[in-house]
Amino acid sequence: MTHLRRLIPYLKRYKKKLFIGFIVITFSAIFTNLIPFVISKAIDQIRDNAEFHTLYKYALLTVSFAAMSGIFLYLTRQTIIVVSREIENDLRNDFFGHILIQDQQYFHFHPTGDIMALATNDISAVRNFLGPGIMYTAETCINFTMAISLMISFNAELTLIAVVPIPLISYVVYRIGKSINYKFERVQEQFSDLTTKAQENLSGIKVVKAYVREESETANFRKLSLEYMKKNLDLAKVQSFSYPMMFLLTGFSVIIVLYIGGNKIINGEMSIGELTAFIIYLGLLTWPIISLGWIINLTQRAEASMKRLIEVFDHKPEIEDDPVLVKEYFKDAPIKGSIEFRNVNFRYDESLPYVLKNISFEINAGETIGIIGHTGSGKSTFVNLIPRLFDIEEGSILVDGIPLRGIPLSRIRTSIGYVPQETFLFSDTIENNIAYSEKSFNKDKVIEAAKISQIYKDVNSFPKRFDTILGERGINLSGGQKQRASIARAIVSDPAILILDDAFSAVDTYTEEEILNGLKDIMKGRTTILISHRVSTLKNSDRIIVLKDGSIAETGSHDRLIQQNGIYADIYQKQLLEEELKEL
Amino acid sequence: MKDQQTKNTKEQVKLPEEPVNLIKEPDDLEQEEVLGKAYDSRLMKRLIKYLKPYSKWVFLAIFLTVGVALLSTIRPYLTKIAIDSYIVNKDPIGLRNIILILLGTLVFQGLVQYIMTYLTQWIGQKTIFDLRMELFKHIQKFSMSFFDKNPVGRMVTRLTNDIEVLNEMFSSGIVMVFADIFIIGGILFFMFSLSWQLTLIALSVVIPLIYTTIIFRKKVRIAFRDVRYYLAKMNAFLQEHITGILVVKIFNKDKTTLEDFKKINYDHTKANKKSVLYYSVFFPVVELIGAISGGLIIWYGGGKAIEGAITIGILISFIQYSEMFFRPIRDLSEKYNIMQTAMASSERIFKLLDRKASIRDPKNPAEFTDCKGNIEFRNVWFAYVKENYVLKNISFNIKQGEKVAFVGATGAGKSSIMNLLLRFYDIQKGEILIDGINIKDIKQSDLRKNIGLVVQDIFLFSDSITNNISLNNDNISEEKIKDCAKIIGIDHFIDKLPLKYLQNVKERGVTLSQGQRQLITFARALAYDPRILILDEATSSVDTHSEILIQNAIDKLMEGRTSIIIAHRLSTIQKCDKIIVMHKGEIRETGTHYELIEMGGIYSKLYQLQYKETFAGNG
Repeated sequence: MTHLRRLIPYLKRYKKKLFIGFIVITFSAIFTNLIPFVISKAIDQIRDNAEFHTLYKYALLTVSFAAMSGIFLYLTRQTIIVVSREIENDLRNDFFGHILIQDQQYFHFHPTGDIMALATNDISAVRNFLGPGIMYTAETCINFTMAISLMISFNAELTLIAVVPIPLISYVVYRIGKSINYKFERVQEQFSDLTTKAQENLSGIKVVKAYVREESETANFRKLSLEYMKKNLDLAKVQSFSYPMMFLLTGFSVIIVLYIGGNKIINGEMSIGELTAFIIYLGLLTWPIISLGWIINLTQRAEASMKRLIEVFDHKPEIEDDPVLVKEYFKDAPIKGSIEFRNVNFRYDESLPYVLKNISFEINAGETIGIIGHTGSGKSTFVNLIPRLFDIEEGSILVDGIPLRGIPLSRIRTSIGYVPQETFLFSDTIENNIAYSEKSFNKDKVIEAAKISQIYKDVNSFPKRFDTILGERGINLSGGQKQRASIARAIVSDPAILILDDAFSAVDTYTEEEILNGLKDIMKGRTTILISHRVSTLKNSDRIIVLKDGSIAETGSHDRLIQQNGIYADIYQKQLLEEELKEL
Repeated sequence: MKDQQTKNTKEQVKLPEEPVNLIKEPDDLEQEEVLGKAYDSRLMKRLIKYLKPYSKWVFLAIFLTVGVALLSTIRPYLTKIAIDSYIVNKDPIGLRNIILILLGTLVFQGLVQYIMTYLTQWIGQKTIFDLRMELFKHIQKFSMSFFDKNPVGRMVTRLTNDIEVLNEMFSSGIVMVFADIFIIGGILFFMFSLSWQLTLIALSVVIPLIYTTIIFRKKVRIAFRDVRYYLAKMNAFLQEHITGILVVKIFNKDKTTLEDFKKINYDHTKANKKSVLYYSVFFPVVELIGAISGGLIIWYGGGKAIEGAITIGILISFIQYSEMFFRPIRDLSEKYNIMQTAMASSERIFKLLDRKASIRDPKNPAEFTDCKGNIEFRNVWFAYVKENYVLKNISFNIKQGEKVAFVGATGAGKSSIMNLLLRFYDIQKGEILIDGINIKDIKQSDLRKNIGLVVQDIFLFSDSITNNISLNNDNISEEKIKDCAKIIGIDHFIDKLPLKYLQNVKERGVTLSQGQRQLITFARALAYDPRILILDEATSSVDTHSEILIQNAIDKLMEGRTSIIIAHRLSTIQKCDKIIVMHKGEIRETGTHYELIEMGGIYSKLYQLQYKETFAGNG
């Protein structure tokens, strides 16, 4: 229960509601337990040939007790179960809040699927413990006390006999439940293997067909399918067993009570009404007995899930504001946009090789810098360090002469307009996507940005224009359109620093030129970093950096680099050739 | 005696509200979105066909349900006898005997119930296994154009989730419907035989109960649909923002994102609370209806008992019967949902099964046993999408044993030629001949057995190296696999792996380089020893060591085979007998390396662009 203890602060938030919940559940149980008592009295009255007109009293009492119990049961669910839903809600908010502040690094090691599983399955497991778990525990405790004390008032000896199998039943339920869980997990694993196999077979269908392996693939799939069936039947064996087992055990105790109770009646030690009440009480106890085993399982699972959740809650991000440094350096002046890299070495992990090696470079505010280099030469890493997506350990990066860590994260990030290499748009309207970074929404600016990035015409061609929803439930933009929308998003907020990481790769050269022309005005007085494979994108930059294997190989203006006749010149010539080929 | 089973199951009905397991839930979403009819005789007839091989067992299962129904409904009756005949008449021996009978029926029912439950599960599992295999085999037959158009995920869903839904129908749907109906019948039978007046009085609450249940089901279904809707929305939001976390961070939006999430999360919570509300009302109401029935029995039945018209035993057994009666009614309404989803799933599955593969084997296939490897394209026109030709009037001739390189810019149509030769697609105009036979007249398997394909995007199965080379072909001996690995030059690397040839290539910790992965696919092609080799060289750069290995391996692969190569390496091209230059779907130049260089056409430009050594580091 150590991990579940972390839920106490959440429970405290709803202590009033929970307190009411416990009160009403007590009342509900009291009324439920009074019904058999009434019935027993009624039957004894009937046996004693009471007056017919007294019977309606018992009938009315039964119904009104049931009604009272029902009202309280309603209130119980409306308090305890509702609270569990509220806590689930709070827990999920806190969880996602924690996920959001994690470093980029965290997401490299935790696939989206794993995080999703935590947010859904594990939080649900915890809620199952909080809602049904708590409710049934309370109900069980009260029912037990009530029913057993009423039973003892009828006949202590018979109570003892009836109660003996109870721990056994709880234990059996617990064991069966555990076994079912275990087998169910195996079934799930096999199911995911089966899914993976189907997925793999269909993804590699070309190889399968080319080598005429349809039959052996089918045989393989058959093997997994058979195994899946076996695991399912394994589970079915326990599951089919669990139900008969439970009613056998409870049925036994009822029949024994009937036998011993019947003999007691024959001997005049007990009345038929009391026996009936006994049997009804046993029925009332069945569910609590069963739920006891069930609750233990529920708790164990919640405990395991909570442990996984706590791992997230306790995982502190490394990239955070450093209050000391911020206080020391930050004067709350707007960012102008000069950037300096001083002997920066960077690797993603200690076990991995360096991606950037001894990078020193100064970018003046307002300058336009182009970066070119092969895949893996460190271009994206270079620009990712500026908004502190990763922190460096060796060397330093300064913006406006202030070390990066001395600037609040929110300030540096809002000062950068960034077009990431992999275009990512949200499944929201085009307007909301472009205005993503805008604090105070201004439609004119959105339109302006859309015009500069050459997406305006495209948007206007959609029936719903800027209200067009993107993504699965809306329309799919082409790669080029996505990039242009992403450019609009970056420039809409007037950032001091503009970073375009290969932002034109899916845009044709003509449109690229249009966008660059439009950007010209925007780039004035703004630090701009352009990453591209294409010389045409970069050639008008003030300076161009050629990265090779994480180091700066060449720097200078287009003309100077051409003169140098190095890597850059080589790339340039090839691209000219490519153009020529296209013309053919 | 109060029947325990009633109480158990009544309470178990509560469980679905508190889903113990949510693993499957996200997948259930789509399925339940489109609910239609709960019964479609056309679909049902087809589904029943799958039960045919197990008809004996199905009948046994139905027979057993009758047994269970009888055994579970007889016990209140026996209790009545115990009370009236023995307890009231003070007959301890009779009481003992009837108790033994009661115990007997209890144990027997437990046994029968166990067998029945397992049997229905078994039938369900067997049936869906058959169906799954049929579907899998069927999907394998589709031509490549089908796979181009249909995302893999969708077919995987058919094979897994949709079929899983049918399992539920087969194992807990059909047979259990019989069980419920039999139990209702059994209860009515005993009740009426005990006292028809009291039966009518006690069951007067059944109509309001059914009514309440129907309303509740309807409400809950809508509430759950809302829950699922918001859950899907929430999951989509999570998924999207975790995937796009970079954008969230770069634009400093973590706080607003959290605010947005809180709203969606609370919508989900609200929807859940609504379903909680329905349950909070439903369970007390059902219990109240039960209590009313109990009250009526006491009032009316009690009166009758005082008059001596009925016995106390009858009265007690009636209290039990009336409680037993409610469960099957509620169960039946639940089955409705199962059937509804099952119909929707089976509709989707059958739709896929009814689809015919577009490329089929000829009715009278030509004899094609001894392939020599002469290839001819005659005025071939081909388009993936109507009229949008990617190959225009292509004609060429490749003789047995010849090595031909295809070069051209991306999109020139090189890969299409390979796809056509394997008959992954059918051409619109012209003819493709191998050894003078039109490939449409050859059985697909005969054709493909003679062609070895190595594609650029390397595909390895998550299986051992052995199986990745042999592709589970038993005709390829372990010896041969090792020989091939040796010839290709990857044996040293494999020997260094912890499990050597049995090493799973996708296991965590085993990282094969791009070059090594490619060599494995080379070994695969070599092991199949095809007459015709089609090789699409990978463009991605590999380290120098692998580069040498790959070049040697390509030489070995081409030896003695008709080879068609989409070449990216100068070294490969120079070894070829002929180079065919493709441009925009047409053949523009043909000749040897030197002839083409001299021509100064497309090839000479391509050569400078792609094959001349670029700056250091780019292999």
